[in-house]
Amino acid sequence: MARIVLSGNLAAVTGGETEIALEVGNVRQLFQALAEHYPGLPENFAEDLAVAIDGEIYQDALLEPIRNDSEVILFPKIAGG
Amino acid sequence: MSTTIKYEPRELKVVGTRPIRHDGVDKVTGRARYGADFDLPGQLIGKVLRSPHAHARIRSIDVSAALALPGVKAVVTRDDFAEMPEEYAAAGEIVVNFYDVTRNVMAREKALYDGHAVAAVAATSEAIAKQALKLIKVDYEVLPHVIDVLEAMKPDAPVLHEHQYTQLVTPKPDKPSNVAKRLEFKRGDVEAGFRQADLVVEREFNTKPVHQGYIEPQACLASYSEDGQADLWTSTQGHFVFRAQCAKLLQMEVSKIRVMPTEIGGGFGGKNTVYCEPVAIALSRKAHRPVKIVMTRDEVFRATGPTSGANVRVKMGCTRDGRIIAAEAVLNYQAGAFAGSSVSPASMSAFTRYDVDHVHVVAHDVTVNRPKVAAYRAPGAPIVAFGVESVIDEMAKKLGIDPIDFRLKNAAREGTQSYYGPKLGSIGFIETLQAAKAHPNYRVPLGPNQGRGVATGFWFNAGNETSCALNINEDGTVSLVLGVVDVAGGLRTALAMIVAEELGIDVDKVRPSHSDTTELGFNFVTAGSRGTFAGGMACVVAARDAIEKLRQRAAKIREVPVDAVEWKDGRAQPIQGSAHRFAPMTLAEIAKVAGKTGGTIAGHAEINAQGAGPGFATQIVDVEVDRETGLVKVLRYTIAQDVGKAIHPAYVEGQLQGGVVQGIGWALNEEYVYGKDGRLQNPGFLDYRVPVASDVPFVDAVIVEVPNPNHPYGVRGCGEVSIIAPMAAIANAVESAIGIRICEQPLSPPRVLAAIEEAAATRKA
Repeated sequence: MARIVLSGNLAAVTGGETEIALEVGNVRQLFQALAEHYPGLPENFAEDLAVAIDGEIYQDALLEPIRNDSEVILFPKIAGG
Repeated sequence: MSTTIKYEPRELKVVGTRPIRHDGVDKVTGRARYGADFDLPGQLIGKVLRSPHAHARIRSIDVSAALALPGVKAVVTRDDFAEMPEEYAAAGEIVVNFYDVTRNVMAREKALYDGHAVAAVAATSEAIAKQALKLIKVDYEVLPHVIDVLEAMKPDAPVLHEHQYTQLVTPKPDKPSNVAKRLEFKRGDVEAGFRQADLVVEREFNTKPVHQGYIEPQACLASYSEDGQADLWTSTQGHFVFRAQCAKLLQMEVSKIRVMPTEIGGGFGGKNTVYCEPVAIALSRKAHRPVKIVMTRDEVFRATGPTSGANVRVKMGCTRDGRIIAAEAVLNYQAGAFAGSSVSPASMSAFTRYDVDHVHVVAHDVTVNRPKVAAYRAPGAPIVAFGVESVIDEMAKKLGIDPIDFRLKNAAREGTQSYYGPKLGSIGFIETLQAAKAHPNYRVPLGPNQGRGVATGFWFNAGNETSCALNINEDGTVSLVLGVVDVAGGLRTALAMIVAEELGIDVDKVRPSHSDTTELGFNFVTAGSRGTFAGGMACVVAARDAIEKLRQRAAKIREVPVDAVEWKDGRAQPIQGSAHRFAPMTLAEIAKVAGKTGGTIAGHAEINAQGAGPGFATQIVDVEVDRETGLVKVLRYTIAQDVGKAIHPAYVEGQLQGGVVQGIGWALNEEYVYGKDGRLQNPGFLDYRVPVASDVPFVDAVIVEVPNPNHPYGVRGCGEVSIIAPMAAIANAVESAIGIRICEQPLSPPRVLAAIEEAAATRKA
């Protein structure tokens, strides 16, 4: 299963959990799994998140594959001015 | 598709040179057409009535007298804009909530700041429109207001939004609050870290909102036709995003709106979201005539997004040999009238320049009775960098360590674990520190009342959705159609250079132009320093698409297999070692016969660019302080920034210098000043003083190139990092000059003079 690391500010709605192991095939499945696992997550939580999959950062990439041995870090999305 | 094209070092012929920009002649001769330069037959002039109150319930709006005025063709109010659900979409750094956007475009239940739009009129002349505004009767119930961020966070503060409860806290609050969201990032054990430290420095910093200060006010022209379609010309950083926002707010299908981006007289994040555009379309829809709205400078200041003002507390601890062990920050950022400040990226950028084991950052996004903030170049980062880099300067000075050496001891590098999530990839922070230290300006002797300051900046940069098309014309020239807006930094020429490099032709054979929204697929706004990174990647994809077609066409014409053909130096030629020999064909030769050999040739790209490379900069400033007036004069300024690869070095230098100049203004002069009545006191360039040429010295820009591995040319964004460090660098230089650390921005003459006099009084006492 992939190792999922949640950024600190999500801990308030995940009961303090910052890591979870999930079997997901891509980013969309990851967001779906997180929403099921943590019902306290805000409805729009995925809109605000970027992911780093094995060190590579992706934004708005729902179909990006996640392997079973991947490390996925979630953190707030970035753009700029 | 999500796209990343890896960096490949190669010999370059066009990239890295300095050709004349394609839009240069139009810009210097006045031919270039900006938002206010477009007109249509029969157009009306739109003007907006704005709230004189910082916070007031709108009981009623009576527009009957205005409508009765001869020449008035339409009036719109909140009744002309649909209620919107809570629905989020990205607009630059700030994610917008349409529930709020519709209320910001036109006030509904309440006016939430001085300048908030309440009604709008379209009339046959500006004079009539202004007269009509005076005839609109708005019945306000004036409410208590709150301007200051710390005041707004108090439990008894006037609440702007009765439905707003602080997000991401447990237990869930039972009372509404101006604190829209709390963010927290942790790494290690910060308290244990402080216990290990030999030196701990803690300071509190306050900054005022500052405006992006673009020279061109928002301006647009809208024409709505009887069949329900609309054309919109507007000055924007992203015409596709504006189309999406207008469609949503006006409940139109996206395809019914065509947006033409005009030349833009600056944006810097302030033109990522709509203000007057949906109002102009709504007026045109009612009046059945085109409507033009040009905002005044007063309106720009009062009603368009400045950046946040903020309160920031920073505490850092280090060993006596200068190794940072622990770092803590609390960030309280004004969001303006609606939630969604830049506090999130600010909180993630606070300490990312340094490799620190123990970090704790708490951040609050706070609504106040000011205009809704908009992105401004590296949104939020300069504010927190002011605090962090000032504290680092103080630590270095207390330990007697050179400020650049102190930063070198702690600098983040490839593989450094960030406190907000991922490890950093290939970065060039250390290289910028070394370049700054080696610069002759770092060794210029200083005189009395002169001081030198150092500070650094970091920004993430971004990619996102991008498309373009290049059409090979029959004479072998190339028309390059771009979806990313050139926000005046030279983007179109940089992208034409990339296409020329790929195709192997001269850059003057490529003519770049902006698309309208019907010509290409969706493009995100030019924000996050993504223009050359994402636009460049799209151009590479499109050029390689065209090259593949050119190879195929040459193979057909020469009757050889495609794999016998390579594209090199602007022509299709036999691949080395192939048994198939044939006469090479240049791009022009293929183009000339394209129509008769299968049709015209074009390349396309529709990508979601990933892999943006973070940018870092180190800055050195020398200042002189006039002890009698408090005036801070900037004597010399140096910036060394890692840009990955400078496609057009002169434009990159311009980005570095422009960010520094805006940062100097932020540091020394700029601030929103509010009266006790909650009204903005300085909505004009006479009282809100941006730097002019005589205020700033030549800015020495040192380009550092550590390639981004996730871009074919190694490009990182370069447009934002430069504005991050000036506030801190100047405050550090002032401290070096007069021995007083000032933690309030701006370091304007009255504030510096007061600090000098207070220090003198303290010494006397």
